[in-house]
Amino acid sequence: MHDSTTLAILRKDLLLELRTLETVPSMALLSIITFVIFHFGLNRDVLSGQLAAGVLTVTLLFAAMLAINRLFVAEREQGGFDAFLLAPVDRTAMLFAKAGALFVFMVVLEVVAVPAFALFETPPRMGHSLPGLILILVLADIAFAVIGTFVSALAVHTRARDLIGPIIGLPLLLPALIATARGIGPLLSHGASGSPPLKWVAVLALYDLFNALLAYGLFDFLLED
Amino acid sequence: MTTHARHLRGLTIVTAVTVTVALILVFFYAPLDANQGFIQKIFYIHVPLAIVSLVGFVLGGVFAVAYLRTGDRIWDMRSYCAIHMALIFSVGGLVAGSIWAKASWGHWWVWSEPTLVSYLIVILLFCTYQPLRFSIEDPERQARYAAVFAVVCGAFVPINFAVVRASTQFLHPRVLNLEGGNLPGSMKLAFYTSLVGIALLYATLMKYEMTAKATRSEVRRLRRRVLGDDELRPLGRTAAPQ
Repeated sequence: MHDSTTLAILRKDLLLELRTLETVPSMALLSIITFVIFHFGLNRDVLSGQLAAGVLTVTLLFAAMLAINRLFVAEREQGGFDAFLLAPVDRTAMLFAKAGALFVFMVVLEVVAVPAFALFETPPRMGHSLPGLILILVLADIAFAVIGTFVSALAVHTRARDLIGPIIGLPLLLPALIATARGIGPLLSHGASGSPPLKWVAVLALYDLFNALLAYGLFDFLLED
Repeated sequence: MTTHARHLRGLTIVTAVTVTVALILVFFYAPLDANQGFIQKIFYIHVPLAIVSLVGFVLGGVFAVAYLRTGDRIWDMRSYCAIHMALIFSVGGLVAGSIWAKASWGHWWVWSEPTLVSYLIVILLFCTYQPLRFSIEDPERQARYAAVFAVVCGAFVPINFAVVRASTQFLHPRVLNLEGGNLPGSMKLAFYTSLVGIALLYATLMKYEMTAKATRSEVRRLRRRVLGDDELRPLGRTAAPQ
């Protein structure tokens, strides 16, 4: 029961995105523009090490905030919440489905944004470190997906939801962002070995797990009415 | 007389006495620090403020769990007041810490110091508690969402400290470590008295805030009974529970 509800909502969200192309293209465009801005702001042709990692992390964060702000807007505007609450299904299915959709959005975004990053900022050793980079980005995407879904569900019923979402989301995401940036930094430096720093991979994975458990335990309270 | 007001006078007297004794111990009993001299005295204010405010944030989360389990609005009020007071104390702790950092390390702000940075992140996070409450109009939903937020952020406090600490080297003096710190006995006495004093101050102020809020709503209820509904101005939107 549980899985089929989750899959149905996830399928609905992905289909909606595929037909309207509302969120992911905007995220991709925003990330490319951000790379250009960073290029002029920093005035360097080649970014390496921690500087490159910071640029990539912040850009992904900006793109994620766009998706997080829009995540529940359709449900709210078109009465999807009421319909979902009337249906005899497990409430946490919504959490899984929305987090899944956000995760897919982030992965698709990175398929565009990471090559664009390689093209514009030409970090060294990128091809060599690609498997480690992918590992860290997947873990970071889980953090974006879980925390983003939680924050979006919290903010969507407030009056100033476009403000509340980011100001709550950014501090909650901070430990994940620290771990992502510190994990990617050594991968993109000159003479990188290609394996990600295990400490930061572990921190990121544990933080993902911690937030997933919290969101799982508390999500019900955000949907009651 | 509401339930909050019980023991308020006694608690106030105990707090005043403890804080006075702590200040006397700090300034006249504890020896001057060999390296830092008189400026080190701010340590007896800064560290208790920081510890009490962090415990207050976590306490807000614990009260919020109680609210989500029971649905009793009194727990929402406790959670709100705990976080409100902790926020005030934490800003005090941050300012005191910054003064101490300038005096002993030479800079107002030190990024390589994990305790300072994670403390700032926690404060930034809890600064969003009031805007969140303020932007939800329905009181029941306001209480429920604020409680969910408080639980997540209460759990976030220790995790955040662990992550930020992992990212930098130590610089902060470790006062409360597992080996019992490295303070001499007289300093330890002054420090713990001060810690108890600040903790009592937190409890007293929190109790005053709850009493004031309960009294205000009681007065409003009585005015409505005496004057009728028309004479009362409608309540404005507020972040505080009613």
